[in-house]
Amino acid sequence: MRIPRVSGRILTWSLALVVLLAGTVIGSAMLGPVRIDPITVSKAVLNLTGIVAYEVPSAHQTIVADVRLPRIALGAVVGFSLAAAGTVMQGFFRNPLADPSIIGVSTGAAAGAVAAIAFPALLPFSSVHVPAFVGAIGTALFVYAVATEGGRTPVATLLLAGVAVQAFLGAVISYMLVLSGENLREAVVWMMGHLHRSSWDDVTFALPVAVVGTVVLGAYAREMNVLLLGEEDAHHLGVDVERTKLLLLALASIVTAAGVAVAGVIGFVGLIVPHIMRLIVGPDHRILLPTSALAGASFLVATDTIARLDTLPLPLGLEVGTPIVPVGIVTAALGAPFFLYLLTKREVHAL
Amino acid sequence: MIDPFGVRSDGDGGGGRGDRENESHGDASPFDVGPATIAIDDVSVSFGDLSVLEDVSATVRPGEFVGLVGPNGAGKTTLLRTISGALEPDAGRVTVDGVDVHDVPSRESSRLVAVVPQDTTLSFSFPVRDVVEMGRHPHRSRFSPPTNRDREAVARALEHTRTAELADRPIDEISGGQRQRVVLARAIAQGTPALLLDEPTASLDVNHAIETLELVRELVADGRTAVAAIHDLDLAARYCDRLVMVADGGVRSVGSPAEVLTSEALADAFDATATVTPNPVTGTETVTALPDADDALAAVESATVDTDAPGEREPSTERSADAARLEGDGGRIVDVDRDDLAVHVLGTGTTAAGVLARLETAFDGADRRITLTTSVGPVTPGVVTETADRLGVEVEVIEAEPHAALSEARRETLVERIRTADATVLADPVLGSAGVVLETLEAAEPAALVVTDRRPLEERNFAGETARRRYERLRDPDRDGVVEATPETVLEGLSKVLGRGGSDRVDLAAESATD
Repeated sequence: MRIPRVSGRILTWSLALVVLLAGTVIGSAMLGPVRIDPITVSKAVLNLTGIVAYEVPSAHQTIVADVRLPRIALGAVVGFSLAAAGTVMQGFFRNPLADPSIIGVSTGAAAGAVAAIAFPALLPFSSVHVPAFVGAIGTALFVYAVATEGGRTPVATLLLAGVAVQAFLGAVISYMLVLSGENLREAVVWMMGHLHRSSWDDVTFALPVAVVGTVVLGAYAREMNVLLLGEEDAHHLGVDVERTKLLLLALASIVTAAGVAVAGVIGFVGLIVPHIMRLIVGPDHRILLPTSALAGASFLVATDTIARLDTLPLPLGLEVGTPIVPVGIVTAALGAPFFLYLLTKREVHAL
Repeated sequence: MIDPFGVRSDGDGGGGRGDRENESHGDASPFDVGPATIAIDDVSVSFGDLSVLEDVSATVRPGEFVGLVGPNGAGKTTLLRTISGALEPDAGRVTVDGVDVHDVPSRESSRLVAVVPQDTTLSFSFPVRDVVEMGRHPHRSRFSPPTNRDREAVARALEHTRTAELADRPIDEISGGQRQRVVLARAIAQGTPALLLDEPTASLDVNHAIETLELVRELVADGRTAVAAIHDLDLAARYCDRLVMVADGGVRSVGSPAEVLTSEALADAFDATATVTPNPVTGTETVTALPDADDALAAVESATVDTDAPGEREPSTERSADAARLEGDGGRIVDVDRDDLAVHVLGTGTTAAGVLARLETAFDGADRRITLTTSVGPVTPGVVTETADRLGVEVEVIEAEPHAALSEARRETLVERIRTADATVLADPVLGSAGVVLETLEAAEPAALVVTDRRPLEERNFAGETARRRYERLRDPDRDGVVEATPETVLEGLSKVLGRGGSDRVDLAAESATD
C-alpha cells in the first residue's frame, strides 16, 4: 500500500528530530565539570532502562543517571510541552505572537509558586508543583470564563482578558515578593525559569501530562488546520468551533502548566520553536505539532546545557566562559534576537 | 421550470441554463449528490437591537440556482450565514433536505451545506491540495487516513475547477481568481447537496466571474441546489434561475430575473433610477442605473440629502455644459402641468430601446412617478420590441415586416400617433428607400422633436443625398420645438421642449448631444 503523503512526511521528520534529540541529550550528558565520553554516556543511559547492564564506572553512572540526566530529561519534557502548547496557541489565536502564556497560564503558575514560596505557612506544600499547576489552570479557566459570553468565546476577547489578568497577577506577584522576606531570592529564581535541582520526581510529575496532552492535541491537528481558515469557515467545514476551542485551550493550558510548574517561567521556547518549525515544515499541524514538540525538547536541552556550564566547549578545542544562570535567561537572550531577526527578515507577519 | 425567454436556451452555449436538461444522476460517486430543498421559514435575525432580517421566507428547489440581490446592507450575507448555520436566527428555521441546520452539530450541517465565503484570502501556505482536502473534513473520522472516496472527491473537485495543475502550489502564492476556484473546489469536495456562495464574483475580473458562475451552473445541472449573493445584477439575471430581491431586512420579490428586475423594483429596493433592457448578446436582463432624481436635486441645491444612498450609479461622463444642464433635473419632466403626455419614439436599435426604457422612469416635478402614453415604430422585431415587451408600462408598438413596405393602415396609425403626440423622439431612425420616415414626419407635423440620434446618419441613410438634407433640416436644433438630447437625458429634453414652449427654448449646441 502506498504510504499517504502526509504520514510519510510526519514519520521522516519525527524520526530525524528524535535522532537529534538523542544526540543532544547524549552531548549534554557528556559535558560538565567531569567530561565523559559518549559511549560511556550511552551505556549509562541504557542501563537506566533496566533491560541491559553495561559495565560503566560507578562514578560515571552516578553522574549521568542521578546528576545530569534528571535535569536533561526535565529540560526535554519542559521544552516538549512548551513548544507543543505554543504551536497550538499560535494556530488557535491565528497570531504569531501568541505563546503558551498568552492567556495567563505562566503568570498564574508564577502566582501560585510565589505564594507557596513566600508564605510556606499558609500553603504547606512539599514542592511548588501543585500550587503552580493549580495557579496556572485556575488562571486559564478564569480568563476563559471571563471571555465567554452566550456560549461563544471570541479569540480577541480571550487575548485581551489574558493581558488584563496577567497584569493583575503581576501586581499580586510583586506584592507577594515585597512581603516574602528571606524567601525573595528563591521566588525570583523560580520565576526566571530554572532546571537546576531537578529530580526524577519532577520528571515523573511533568512527563505523563506533557506526553498524554500532546498526543490528544495531535488527534485534533486537522481541526486546528481547519480553524486556521477562520471560525466561520471551520464551522462550515464541520468543526464544532466552540467545543474544539475549549478543548484545545484546556489541553494546551494543562500541557503548559505541567512544564511551567516544574521549571518556572521559561520564555520564548513556546514562541520561537513553533515559528522556526513552521518555516521549515509548513503550517500543517499534523506535521508541525510533533516536530515542534520534539524540536522544543532539543532546544531546551541545548540551551540548558549552556546555562549550567561555566565553560562552553567549542569545536577545534576552543572554550568560551559562560556564567551559570537560570535557563530562562539563556532562552530569552538567544530567543529574542532570533525573533527580531525573523521579524525583520521574513514571514512572521503571516502565520 | 419554464424558461421565460427562449433566447436563453440556445444563447449561452457552454454551461448555461440551457444545459439543465442534461442532468445526470446515473453513476454513483462522491461527486453526485442527492437533491435537497432549502426551506427558509419566517427567519428573523438581529444583531443586538438592530434587526437585520425580519420574517424572511423562501424556498430553493433542488437543481435550482437562486441569486440573492439587493443593496448593500440589505441582509444578503446575513441570510446566507443563517442558511449555512453559522448564524442562529432569533425566530424561524432553515431546513436543508428536511434537516434544521441549527439543530444539528456542525459536522452534520456541513454535510448538507457547503459555503464559498466572500473573502478567500488565506495567509498561510498550505498546498492547494490540502486546502481542497479540508472539504472532506466533515466526512472523515478522526484517526483513519483518507479513504479512496475522499481522495477521489478531492481529485475530481480539482479537475472540475481546473485547479489540478495548481495542486502542489502553496495557496498564498496563486492569484485571486485561482484562489476563488480552489475554494470552490473545496466546497465541491465537501460533496453537499446545497451550495452557498457569498459574492462569488465580487473580486474577480469579468472573465473569471463568468468562469466561476459557469462552474456553479454545471454543479446545479448535476442536481445541486445553489444560492448566491450577487452584486452584479446583469450576471445574476444571466445565470440564476430565480432571483430573491432582499431589501431593508425583508424579501421584496421572488421570481424569474425578468419578474424581479423591473425598474420599479430597483427604484424601490436600491433607491436608484434604473432601466432594465434585454442584453443584445445574452438576451437576459441588463440593468443600467441612471443618475437619481434625489442626487441631482442634492447636487443642484447642495441640500443635506444623503447622496450616499445605496445603489449602483453610472458615473457621470463628461459632457458639454449644455448637456450637463439637461441632466440637471435627473429624470423629471418639470414645468409640465399635464399627466397625460403622449410620446412617440421613431427609431431603431439600442438607441430607441434606451429611450423607451428611460421614458418608463419619468418623474414629475413633485417627484411623482408619471406614466407617459408611449408608442414606438415602425420597428421590426428585435431589441426595441423586446424592450417594449418587458417594460412595466404599456407601449404601443407599430411593427413593420422586415424587408417589406409598411402597410397603408400602419402608415396611417404612425402618422396619427406622431400628430397627436406631445412630442416625438428621434432615436436613430433608418431612412429607407421607401421614404416612410421622412414622409410621415413631414405629413404628421410633430408638435415637438427630441433628437437622441447616436448613429451617424450616413450609416442609416439608404435614401440618398436629398433625404439626408431633408432629415438634417427636420432635426435642426435651431428650429423651434426641436431639442437635442441623449437616450439618457431624453426626459430632460422632453421637459425643455414641452415645458417652456418653443419661444424660450434653450439653444443647445449642435454637437452637445451627439456622442
